[in-house]
Amino acid sequence: MAIKKFAVAAYDDEDVLFPAVSKVRRSGYKMHDVYTPFPVHGLDVAMGLKETDLHIAGFIYGLCGTSTAVGFISWIYTIDWKINYGGKPHFSLPAWIPITFELTVLFAAVGMVLTFCYLNQIMPGVKKHVFHPRQSDDLFVLTLELNNHVSEEEAIAFLKSTGAKETSIQMAEESWWYGRWDKKEEYEALNA
Amino acid sequence: MNDRFEIPARLRNTSLALIGVGVLTLICGIACLLMSHNDMDKTRFWAVLLHDSVFFTFITGVSIFVQAAVSLAQGAWLTAYRRVPEAIGANAWIFGTIALIVTLCIVFGFRDSHGVNTIYPWVTPGTDKILLGKKAFLNPTMFVCFSVATVALWGFFGNKFRSYSIAQESAPKNDTKIYWKVFRLSGVFLIVYGLSQMSTIPWLWVMSVQAHWYSTLFSWYNFASAFVSGMSLIMLWVVYLKNQGNLQLVTKEHMHDLGKFMFAFSIFWTYLWFAQYMLIWYANIPDETVYFKLRQHGPYSVIFYANFIINFCMPILILMARPSKRNYFTVTFMAMVIIFGHWLDFFQMIMPGPLGEHWHINWYEIGTFMGFVGILIFTVSRTLTKSSLVQNNSILLKETAVHIA
Repeated sequence: MAIKKFAVAAYDDEDVLFPAVSKVRRSGYKMHDVYTPFPVHGLDVAMGLKETDLHIAGFIYGLCGTSTAVGFISWIYTIDWKINYGGKPHFSLPAWIPITFELTVLFAAVGMVLTFCYLNQIMPGVKKHVFHPRQSDDLFVLTLELNNHVSEEEAIAFLKSTGAKETSIQMAEESWWYGRWDKKEEYEALNA
Repeated sequence: MNDRFEIPARLRNTSLALIGVGVLTLICGIACLLMSHNDMDKTRFWAVLLHDSVFFTFITGVSIFVQAAVSLAQGAWLTAYRRVPEAIGANAWIFGTIALIVTLCIVFGFRDSHGVNTIYPWVTPGTDKILLGKKAFLNPTMFVCFSVATVALWGFFGNKFRSYSIAQESAPKNDTKIYWKVFRLSGVFLIVYGLSQMSTIPWLWVMSVQAHWYSTLFSWYNFASAFVSGMSLIMLWVVYLKNQGNLQLVTKEHMHDLGKFMFAFSIFWTYLWFAQYMLIWYANIPDETVYFKLRQHGPYSVIFYANFIINFCMPILILMARPSKRNYFTVTFMAMVIIFGHWLDFFQMIMPGPLGEHWHINWYEIGTFMGFVGILIFTVSRTLTKSSLVQNNSILLKETAVHIA
């Protein structure tokens, strides 16, 4: 949650973007993120992103769902409110399997969606800084995070040398923030 | 690209040794069991042969189904190692013929000392009202018609797919004529397979062992069982050929695909297993529960629970993670576990009816199984040597090479 300085480069071709990404990784600049209008295959590998642990979270949510269902149903039918259904034993595991399965899937699915939203910093009502209005239209936008020891001019010159069509230096909130676009300046002033 | 497979001496000797064990077991079985005056011994002799021949027919038949389904879906993921299911599928008729001989011997030749057919009780219904009511379908004529037609058609399609695939090698480059021929033929085979493996054949060969009892999803359940072990069988051959230095095109991506099938269809098998179990458990109608009473609480409870643990708990826990589906050791281990588990599954489908509490897993059961494994290794490896292991000139070759799971 901090306002940081970014060097922004926009490319208009994937074939330029990929070499640019690998040049950035070799140069030692800190890459913040790359924004593309559509999913670009292999870009995650090129950027060196590690594989997500979302599926491990999903497994844990699933286990939570299973234990919630089995625990809750067995508590109801064997301790809290025993009812004789057609002479079956109170502890009737086969009858509970469908609900257990459903709750496992529900917990895993909802939990994973929420975790996915958290990891990607998307949620209804929250905002993220848009580096370039055309990053969701027809441009590929690569952003470098700069600190005070890095020269802005050098960074811009470097990005231009990788084939960027447009470059700029922006001060922006790096992560998500809750609020309104028309109050963005107030928010930024508050956090500056 | 020329990728020929030559049978290593060790593989040939192993397969011949296994066949030798099988033949020896058969001879001992004839001497000790078939010639015995004990009805249970005679029943055991035929029931075990029925179990193994049916199991191996089903798991080799899956290879033909996989080719047809993938051709029809125009998938390229199989092309890198398509010669493996082709070789297995082209030999399905051998196991089919053995199954045909065994089942026909049982139907026409097998009677116990009271003149009753204890394996297929519907052959000698006597005054049993339930069996007489089913006579329109469960009778020797129907049995022979469906069995012969199935084995003949599986043999035809298994060899046809392979011969088209080999014909493609000498076709002009980028020629799609054979591709569309196989495409159309695949549609026809799916109908054949739907009417055999997915319905009539498990009814006649397996379910009619307990002729009083029936389940409407029994054939699907059999198909799921066969499919997951058939996929494991393909996996074992692919891993073996990779270890021999063949199948250069096959990468971890292709292994991952097969691993996914082993994982997903283990879950599918469990779904059907449970669907069949739970409805019968819930309704609690004596006619139906008799099937599970014998298996779950009776003398088969060990196999019943082992079946569930091996075929559900182990695949879901071991094969769930992505790295384990891309690891040669885990997939090989799980493929063998799954094949064994579903062999047990078929064991507990077939044995309780005729044998009751007198079941064994002993020299005869294991020897027969080894004999069938020997035949499988021998015939499939021989077929594999007869052509290149890469489907040269296939129009999907490039797509399969760059395939990502």
